[in-house]
Amino acid sequence: MALGDHAFVRRAPVAPRPPPRGVVGPLAWLRNNLFSSPANTATTILIALFLAWTVPPLIRWLFIDAAWTGDDRSVCLDGGACWAFIGAKINLILYGQYPPDERWRIVLVAALFVAGLVPLAIPRVPGKRWNVVYLLVVFPVIAFMLLTGIGIGLDKVPTDRWGGLFVTLVAAVMGIVISLPLGILLALGRRSKLPVVRWLSTAFIEFWRGVPLVAVLFMASVMLPIFLPPGVTFDKLLRAMLCIAIFYSAYMAEVVRGGLQAVPKGQYEGSMALGLSWFQQMRLVVMPQALTVVIPGIVNTFIALFKDTSLIMVIGLFDLLGMLKSATNDSDWASPSVPATAYVFAGIIYWVFCFGLSRYSVFIERRLSRGKLHR
Amino acid sequence: MKTAVVAAIIGVTAGLAAAAPASAATLDDVRARGYLQCGVHTGLFGFAEVDNNGEWAGFDVDYCRAIASAIFDDPTAVRFTPLSAAERFTALQSGAIDVLVRITTWTMTRDASLGLTFAGVNYYDGQGFLVPADAGFETAADLDGGTICVQTGTTTELNLADYFNSRGLTFTAIAVADRAEAISAFEAGRCDAFTADASNVYSARMTLATPANYEVLPEVISKEPLGPMVRIGDPQWLNIVRWTHYALLNAEELGVTQANVAEMLASPNPEIQRLLGQNGAAFGEMIGLTNDWAARIITQIGNYGEIFDRNLGAGSPLGIERGLNALWNAGGIQYGMPIR
Repeated sequence: MALGDHAFVRRAPVAPRPPPRGVVGPLAWLRNNLFSSPANTATTILIALFLAWTVPPLIRWLFIDAAWTGDDRSVCLDGGACWAFIGAKINLILYGQYPPDERWRIVLVAALFVAGLVPLAIPRVPGKRWNVVYLLVVFPVIAFMLLTGIGIGLDKVPTDRWGGLFVTLVAAVMGIVISLPLGILLALGRRSKLPVVRWLSTAFIEFWRGVPLVAVLFMASVMLPIFLPPGVTFDKLLRAMLCIAIFYSAYMAEVVRGGLQAVPKGQYEGSMALGLSWFQQMRLVVMPQALTVVIPGIVNTFIALFKDTSLIMVIGLFDLLGMLKSATNDSDWASPSVPATAYVFAGIIYWVFCFGLSRYSVFIERRLSRGKLHR
Repeated sequence: MKTAVVAAIIGVTAGLAAAAPASAATLDDVRARGYLQCGVHTGLFGFAEVDNNGEWAGFDVDYCRAIASAIFDDPTAVRFTPLSAAERFTALQSGAIDVLVRITTWTMTRDASLGLTFAGVNYYDGQGFLVPADAGFETAADLDGGTICVQTGTTTELNLADYFNSRGLTFTAIAVADRAEAISAFEAGRCDAFTADASNVYSARMTLATPANYEVLPEVISKEPLGPMVRIGDPQWLNIVRWTHYALLNAEELGVTQANVAEMLASPNPEIQRLLGQNGAAFGEMIGLTNDWAARIITQIGNYGEIFDRNLGAGSPLGIERGLNALWNAGGIQYGMPIR
């Protein structure tokens, strides 16, 4: 005599009732997230009004009124963005004044760089040591020979013809590759127990942190040639790139020092107790922990460095921004919307690179902190 | 010990000071190098532009190419160094460039204090006014009582006040920090006129939506003679730059153009013969060049009028009037010294 025979016993559970309308659904989401208090409501309304005021004209300018194709200024007089200008100048924006027949060299160098960087950036790929040797030793030599044409029988391309995104990337990569190791050395020097090393490192860091980058660039481009003996000219682009690298190594040193200070004293003492030499302590115990902690700071400095490469424009070098600015002074394209279009386009390119760097840093941070930190 | 250090420092300083003027014969350096190093603007409508293929073009750029043509018979034997206003003089002083052709105003201070000198005036600029074409202004004096958009912190602003005050006229200046902003204020109708150097006023007009609705008043209210600069201490090089300019002017005056220079070689006119180095005229040798130096310039680049027209004048989008830059016998003040 099964229980189920009784008419008053339910055979199936009661169907769940829908949750009250105030708790789920779009309305509830709106109420919880946008209108939860009078202050939030007011903020929401203000922001919505602001967006309604700014976004439609922006979309109009960027897309609807924009001129997408054309050969000169006449297509760009409707008040929208002048993308046709970017189209006409795209080779200039990417390669600067590099001779058109030699642009393949830049493309090849970029491909070699990506071929070295991508496997390095993906943790799963083996052979990191050789990868680093390739990227830091072999690649720079090949890139130098290909780009300048020195030593391999190609046409020589002087750096006054370099420009555009190409120069921005060269300056940024060179800045990053020099400033990180130099910064680590300076940070270690500043925490050293040897007084002379400590003083010199501190003086170096404080000097470079205390002067604006623009002033450094002006010094290098305006004052340095006066001090050099006549006839000795030292490539202007190289000067600017070294300035950026040295300047940022001081910032990098302070970031790394923050990481060193975050490593508990016990780690230093423990590694010392194991009988490790100072270099072994740093390489095996301290640095891996210190650098992990300061990844956001390091990437932050890289991003700042990347964007600050645009300052070389003030000394007459044509990086991405400088090239775009110079290109707007083409009388065939003089029109009201061209300068704005050029700056918006430069902004988009900088944003893409910086956002990419930032996302990769988040990925590395998550990976290194897996199972280690409580979050 | 101390004396030794001091002596060493003095020695080094003296060595540097002695070596400071870059080697005396710029022409020899240029020849040995195989190309001319020319300092230009980083980008200015009509004067120095980078075209879609990355090649330099413009009025100042053509002067560099003319000098290169005189030396090498090759207008491409030039390396251009784009320079900001701040570093232009240092670049020339330090020997990083051989000649500076970068819309530089010839002033007494610059002549006296830089160790550099001007080789001539290739463009007579001056402050001008841009007004709406239908507003009925004919001269700057018609702007009495009006509002004028001007960029702050420039000599333009001071010249404007000088001009109006000295004539007992009144005006209201709308001074904004940035040139582009001044132009947009003008376009929005916030002022009756926009003022800047005339060459700038023409390019400003280009960036307006409808340039045809605006016109440039005929007069200029200040003197801005722009010219190429070289280092003091090398008279031969100064002569090369200076006479390149005069050759361009004389060629225009004598009707020698890029198109007809080959026929003109046979011209019976003694002035043309002297210019082109025909009939035993040996003027190029006097300044270290070949006697066909001017013929090379005109064959490669054209004469002054052609350079002007192509980059700034009627043949360019800028459409700048010759004005003061017309030849002396055509209402202007460009005057080529006689080659004889």
